[in-house]
Amino acid sequence: MLEISEWFRVLAETSGINLTIVYDAYDRERMVRGFFNTILLSGICLVLSIVIGVVGAWLQGSSLKWTRRIVSGYIQLFRNTPPLVQMYFFFFALGALMPRMQNEWGIMEPILSNWHWAIISLSFFAGAFNVEIFRSGIEAVPKATVEAAKSLGYTRLQAYRHVVLPLALRVCLPALNNNLVNLVKTTTLAYAIAVPEMLYVANQIWSDSLNVPEMMTFLLFAYVGLLALLVWVMNRWERSLRLPGFGS
Amino acid sequence: MKSRTYIGVGLIGLGLAATAPARADTLRDVIESGTLTVGVKADYRPYGYLDTDGNVVGIEPDLAQDAADVLGVDLELIEVVASNRMQFLEQGRIDVMIATMTDTMERRGVVEILNPDYYSSGTNILARKSSEFSDWSDLDGAPVCGVQGAFYNRKTEEEFGADIVGFTGTSEALNALQQGRCAAFVYDDSFLNSRLQEDGWADYEMPLETIDDAPWGMAVKTGEDAMAAFMSGMIVHWHTTGRIVELEEEYGIQPVPFTRRMHERYRGYIPDSGS
Repeated sequence: MLEISEWFRVLAETSGINLTIVYDAYDRERMVRGFFNTILLSGICLVLSIVIGVVGAWLQGSSLKWTRRIVSGYIQLFRNTPPLVQMYFFFFALGALMPRMQNEWGIMEPILSNWHWAIISLSFFAGAFNVEIFRSGIEAVPKATVEAAKSLGYTRLQAYRHVVLPLALRVCLPALNNNLVNLVKTTTLAYAIAVPEMLYVANQIWSDSLNVPEMMTFLLFAYVGLLALLVWVMNRWERSLRLPGFGS
Repeated sequence: MKSRTYIGVGLIGLGLAATAPARADTLRDVIESGTLTVGVKADYRPYGYLDTDGNVVGIEPDLAQDAADVLGVDLELIEVVASNRMQFLEQGRIDVMIATMTDTMERRGVVEILNPDYYSSGTNILARKSSEFSDWSDLDGAPVCGVQGAFYNRKTEEEFGADIVGFTGTSEALNALQQGRCAAFVYDDSFLNSRLQEDGWADYEMPLETIDDAPWGMAVKTGEDAMAAFMSGMIVHWHTTGRIVELEEEYGIQPVPFTRRMHERYRGYIPDSGS
């Protein structure tokens, strides 16, 4: 291990390729933390955005006019505004209006942190797209199937859970994959409100060591690796949910 | 790469200076024409800013006025910014530049930076008075706002144990500090000083000893030896009399350690009364 890091130090001195994240313990540690923060942020937002999508799509089919209006208002608001603007709005505008609690430094701090706001904003942003994605799947389920379920005594919720959603999920999986991949890439925007994910850490490292090209390259490969893993998992899931006689 | 470019620019500057024919001496021209033209900042309170009537005022304009008074000429102030101040000197649009410029070797290759330096700024924190920080080590474990990319973020984190929360710009970081998301904001002390002048920051202070001091230099065009000698004399005079410390107090900022130290150093030789 020591030899490898020495090798990178020599590489920096001789070739100018300065990968401080390998040989400098401080940079390495913060990049590792940044990497896991990216995974944590992505994971939480993935789960929450899917929950928002499933619930939102169900509410969209409600017979209550105002429920449908609120859901579509939410979709319009979050789908039609840039995620960076949402992040700033949530953190600096809404965040300041939150109730405050005294922290250990004797300062009245708003209750939701930058982490919370990043999770809220990213989940709702991806969730808005997910609602529409699930809707597309639900609409692909034949009406006759739903009516058959209802005639068997299923309530609207039961039919949604046991019949419509499983079929809809399979239909919309490819579109859902797309959006989830996008979500993981969008987590980089959390650097704007100081969530120490990979881009944030890389930014500070290249400012300290002036190794912008190296860190940019590293970031590129790190995200390619991370997303390749996600796509692989999703593809396997897609295959395991294969419907005989439907698609390929 | 960068330093090579600077050296290149410096060499071109030196080359031009060496090949240029003997030309008029700015100091004599100023005295003959009766006007000294000085480039100052107009957006850096309290060093150079616009008052409510639109006049450029501040510590640096006052120093420029002193120099004009000694020469017995009128003063003309030209507003400059960081990206054009050295060009203005080279083009002869200003005779002297007093514009919050950090003294670096690269810049010494482009214009003539006068000795000694007249001011200095370093790193400090802005914190609530109620936080009662008195030493950098008090920041251990504290969330400290900063601006992404600032070189002292790492130092504040690594050496003093602070937890840096870096934002993309100063306005975001200051907003986060006011919202109570950080215990302090670490940045250039000159910037923080100017912030403390404004309304809304009465409950805040700059409680620590400034670190990582980098000096500010006045400058004249390369080769203007007479003007350089005169202005260097003025700077020594200001340090000797404590004029800069006086101006800092007049404009309501805490004198920086540098000006206090320079005043003490230049105040004069006091013979030892013993032996």
